[in-house]
Formats: sequence, structure tokens, C-alpha cells
Amino acid sequence: MALLLEQMLNGVQLGVMLFLLAAGLTLIFGIMGVINLAHGSLYMVGAYAAAFVAQATGSFLLAIPAGLAAAALVGMTIEFTVVRRLYARDHLDQVLATFGLILFFNQLVVLMFGRQPMFVQIPPAFAGAIDLGLFSYPVYRLCIIAVGLATAGALFWLIQRTRLGMLVRAGATHRDMVQALGVDVRLLYTVVFGLGALLAGLAGLMSGPLLSVQVGMGEQILILTFVVVVIGGLGSVSGAFAGALLVGIVDTSLRAFLPGLLRGIMTGSEADALAGGISAMGVYLLMAIVLLVRPKGLFPAHG
Amino acid sequence: MSVIRKAAMAAAAGMSILALTGGAGAQEPLKIGMVTTLSGPGGYLGQDIRDAFNLAVEMGGGKLGGTPVQVLVEDDALKPGQGKQIADKFMKTDKVKLLTGIVFSNVALAVVPDVLDNDGIYVSPNAGPSTLAGKECHRNYFVVSWQNDSLHESAGQNANNLGYKKAFILAPNYQAGKDALEGFKRMFKGEIVGEVFTRLDQTDFAAEMAQIRNAKPDVVFQFHPGGAGIAFLRQYQQAGLIEAIPMVVPSPSMDAVTLKAVGAPALGLNVSAQWNSDFDNPANKEFVVAWTKKYNRPITYYASQGYDTALAIGAALKATGGKVADAEAFRTAMLKADFKSVRGNFKFGRNQHPVQDWYSMRVEKDEAGNPIIKTREKILSEVGDSYAKDCKL
Repeated sequence: MALLLEQMLNGVQLGVMLFLLAAGLTLIFGIMGVINLAHGSLYMVGAYAAAFVAQATGSFLLAIPAGLAAAALVGMTIEFTVVRRLYARDHLDQVLATFGLILFFNQLVVLMFGRQPMFVQIPPAFAGAIDLGLFSYPVYRLCIIAVGLATAGALFWLIQRTRLGMLVRAGATHRDMVQALGVDVRLLYTVVFGLGALLAGLAGLMSGPLLSVQVGMGEQILILTFVVVVIGGLGSVSGAFAGALLVGIVDTSLRAFLPGLLRGIMTGSEADALAGGISAMGVYLLMAIVLLVRPKGLFPAHG
Repeated sequence: MSVIRKAAMAAAAGMSILALTGGAGAQEPLKIGMVTTLSGPGGYLGQDIRDAFNLAVEMGGGKLGGTPVQVLVEDDALKPGQGKQIADKFMKTDKVKLLTGIVFSNVALAVVPDVLDNDGIYVSPNAGPSTLAGKECHRNYFVVSWQNDSLHESAGQNANNLGYKKAFILAPNYQAGKDALEGFKRMFKGEIVGEVFTRLDQTDFAAEMAQIRNAKPDVVFQFHPGGAGIAFLRQYQQAGLIEAIPMVVPSPSMDAVTLKAVGAPALGLNVSAQWNSDFDNPANKEFVVAWTKKYNRPITYYASQGYDTALAIGAALKATGGKVADAEAFRTAMLKADFKSVRGNFKFGRNQHPVQDWYSMRVEKDEAGNPIIKTREKILSEVGDSYAKDCKL
């Protein structure tokens, strides 16, 4: 029971991390129709900027604004210089250009920081594990869950209750009408792209003390993020939230419990190998099933 | 017309004579093709191999064993297909016969058979997959580092020596990961209470941490090279496991770079390897000083292997007078292993993989309080690998 609960928490933690990335990706696609493969690079930029500032100043508190600002600024710069030229093009051009951006950013990071992974200390206040009664759990991971859920709440408030959110929603469903009403769509696009980048940067800077900050870290998580976006429904933030938690929990549960289940019906090492294989493709299988039942995802944005 | 033709022929003849004499006068450097992984999470592995290899060339004044060499380096990005293309280009366009450099076994398995089929020679500074060590061993394939399993067999022996009885073992789900768990189990005499294959690109191990805690082993054995290993160790510490359950790892899970990233939480970790920077032999001292002077960054096992590979090739070139065209002569020279390895004892076994000593190490504090990997004792003497007996060379 304790193990089950602990693994659920692990799943939720992975889920909120994926949500932060997927929210930006799905907003950018929903509103501008751009497939942004370079979203993972923004995650990496956030992680590196935070790691760099944390190492230089020794303060994680300063690293937070640094990571956020770097990701948002780089995001808006990308939008202004590259992505803006892609709105009218088809998806293949977008994929090619943003793939080029991945290569560019990876090489840039190698030039600036080298290939060896960087290390960020967990802020002392969040180090260690806390006793939750049945089991103890790392404080930092609990913090990630809290920050992720709070961000999700803030994002819903922003989209459902504010003027900017209204424009975002309108832009996703009735793009031409928004333009006809005289809204500066170009500015809106830059802001939304910046917001998406900010969220990716937040995920990146939070992952720093947990994972290793290294070149190519963005691509590793990007694939899973795309799965989340597709399951949730392209362009839908609530879909991204549901999809992220679903993927996080399914992925963690398969990794945690499948070997044990299979060991009941076959020999040890065969079960482990098979479980490793199945859990590796588990989320893709989930995506295929969701697409079979609901071809537009769980919460499609465009009805 | 005919005058012009004669003049042209004369000019051509003159030019070819010039070309011939020119060729004989200034010795053309021997090209060595290095296919290695320089980008992505495993990028520092290839970087260290490359830099140490180049260091050896530089220390020889641009020569290996007295032969001027030119090292061509390209990044395989850990993609077997890309590695294959680079090797192809090296052999066809640059006429390279001698190749080296590959870090990861999956790349090696794609590239090495190709090189050997085209009468090339391959000397491995790192990857030593089991599939190329036994029945499939080859006259022109040499491994200077180790056979993959040996790393993990030494870790299993280390766990025995340290008196552990129940082990939980983890490795990524690919050829080298499977070799790792097999190798550990071959040597470890206790009970395996849990066996997990992680994903090759996995960086979050929270689920595995919970499983480990639940299984209550005496010891954890894990093999995660590069960035994943750093993430694993840090999460192990964050989960509060490092005080509770000791860990035995092979060298790829705890190199100088990993140690620098992990820092103090790694204290007490048990490592086994064939080389360490504190080895007390003249060749190693010279290497460590030269490395620190030139690069001034932590020195890894990969660097030592890149350096030894260059020395091994140098020794062979010295014996053949810098020729690689006669593969059989090169092989005879290579197998003598007439060089001072930075790891001390070194020779080639019948499958042209190393026969060498293995040592137990522990992460401890140095005088300044910084964690370092400290050599404790020799745990295995002059061992080869378990596939050599299937090799018919």
C-alpha cells in the first residue's frame, strides 16, 4: 500500500513536469498552428541559465528568476526572428526550421558550457526526505508537485478569467474573427510564445537539481511531451493537464509494477526483460488506444 | 598539334616524377579515423577519449611510435547509422585503414563488422560488446579497454569481497546493460532480490528508488554511464537511500566527472576498475601530469583508455615501421602489446581483448576534504573474459 502510494506520487510528479512543457507546446500549436520542436531547447535553456546562476552565486533563489527570464526571452526572440516567418508555411517547413533550432541551441550550449553535465545543488531548505506516515518522500519532489499544481491553477485562471486569456481562447477557435476585431495578433503570438517558453523554463530549472543538466536533455523529454499533447488533444490546456497526469502515472506504474506482475507467470530475468520492453512502449500504446477511441484526443480544443 | 601533345605529355611526366619524389621525401602522415560520441549526454566520454588520444600524439611530437599520424575525428552522436556512414567515408574517401574511437556498444556493433569486412583494422578504446568477443572475434579487431562483462564481473567480485549477500541490480535495457547484469550475476555469490531494466534515455529513477527501498537489499549494483548515472546517484541520495543501502558500481557509473557532479553524497561508494588516476606507476604519473597541464579538468577512465589505445597503436607502428597495409604484420606487432600501459599489467588474450588486473576503489575525502576515488586493493589478477574460450584465433 505504501509502495503504491509512493509510486502514485512519483507519477504525479512526472505528470506535473510534463504538464509544464505540454501546456506551452499545446498553446503554441492551438493558437499559432506551429509545431515547435525547439520547445525542448527552451527547457534546456531554462535549466542551464538556472544552473549557471546557481553555481556562480550559490543561491537557488536567484537561479529561479534567471531561468525563467532566460527561457522567456529566448522564446520570444525565437518567435520574433524565426517562428514568425513560419505561420503561413506548412507543418513540414515548421518542423524543419524548429529542428534546425534544436541543433543550433545544442551546439551553442556545447560552446558555452562544454559537454560535461552541470550540477545544481538542491536548496538546503528542500533537501532530505519528509516522513508522510506510511513512507518518507523527498521534500524537493513534493515541492515540484506543489509548484506544478499551483502553476496549473494560475494558468487556468489566466486563460478562463482574464482578458489575455479570452484573446488566447478566441485565437485558438476563431482566429480570423479576432484579427478582424483589430487585436494585434502579432503581439499576442509573441506573448503566448513567451508564456510557453516561460513554462518550459520553469520545468527546466526545477529539473536541474533532480536530473543532470546536459546537452540534449530537451529532446529526451520532448517526445513524451508530444505524447501528452496528442493524448490531451492538440491546443487544449485542460487536455494537456489530464494527459500529463495520465502519462505520468501510467508510465511510472508500468515501470514499477509490471515486472512484479510478470514474474508471477514467468521466470525472473525473462519477466524483467519483457517488462522493460512493454513499459518502454506503454505510453505510446496508451496514445494509440486514446486515438482509436477519441481521434482528436481527450479534450479537443476545436470541438 | 603533335608539338602541343608532346609538350603536354612531357609536362605530365614531369609532374608525376615530381609527385613521386615529393611523396618519398616528406613522409605522408598515417591517417587514423576516429568515430566517437561527442554530442548528447554521453558526449564527454568521447571527448575524453579523443583528447587523451591526441595528447599521446602530441607528446610524441605529432607521431605515434615514430610514425607521423593525422587523426580524423567525427561525431557519431550515439547513432549507429551515423557511425557507419562516417566509417564508410573514412575508408572510401580518406583511404583510412586504421579506425578507433567508438564509445557505445550499439554503435560499435554497427560499425566494426563493416570496417573488418572492408579489410580495415579496428582498435577499441571503450566498447567491448560480448557479441564480438567470442565466436565472432576477428584477426583485425583489438580491444584495449575491456570486454563489457569484465567491468561488471569485477563489481560482482567486489561485492563478494565486501561481504554482501542480497543484491538489487539495475541497468539500461540495451546490449551493454544486459551484459552488465549478466556479468555481475556471473561473479556474485549471493542472492539477487530484484533486477530492473531501465530505459536507455531515462533520467528520472523515482519509481526504481521506491522498488529498491521495498526490496531491502544489502547492496545495490547499478550501471548507468554518463549523465544518467549522475541523476541516479543524486536521486538515490535524495531518497535517503545512500545511508541505508551501500552501492557497488563498475567504473562507468562513477568516473571523475560523475564524482564532480555528485560531490559529497558519493562518499563511501564502492567502485571497481582497471585504472585509477592515483595508480603509482611512471607511465600513469606522466599521463596524469600531462593531462592536467593541457586540459586541467577531471581525468576519467575513458581518457586513460584513449591514451592506452594510442600507445598500443604506437607500439605496433614502431614495430612495422609505420605500415598498416600488411594487416598480418600489424597484428603480430599489436599483439605483443609492447608499451607501458597507464594501468600497469596489460596483455592481449586469445580473442585480442585485454588480460589485466582489477582493483577495488572507494570514494573518500582527500586532505582538502574533497571527494576523490581512492584505490584500495587488487581484487582480480590477470583475468581475461569469459568469451575468450569461444574464440578460434
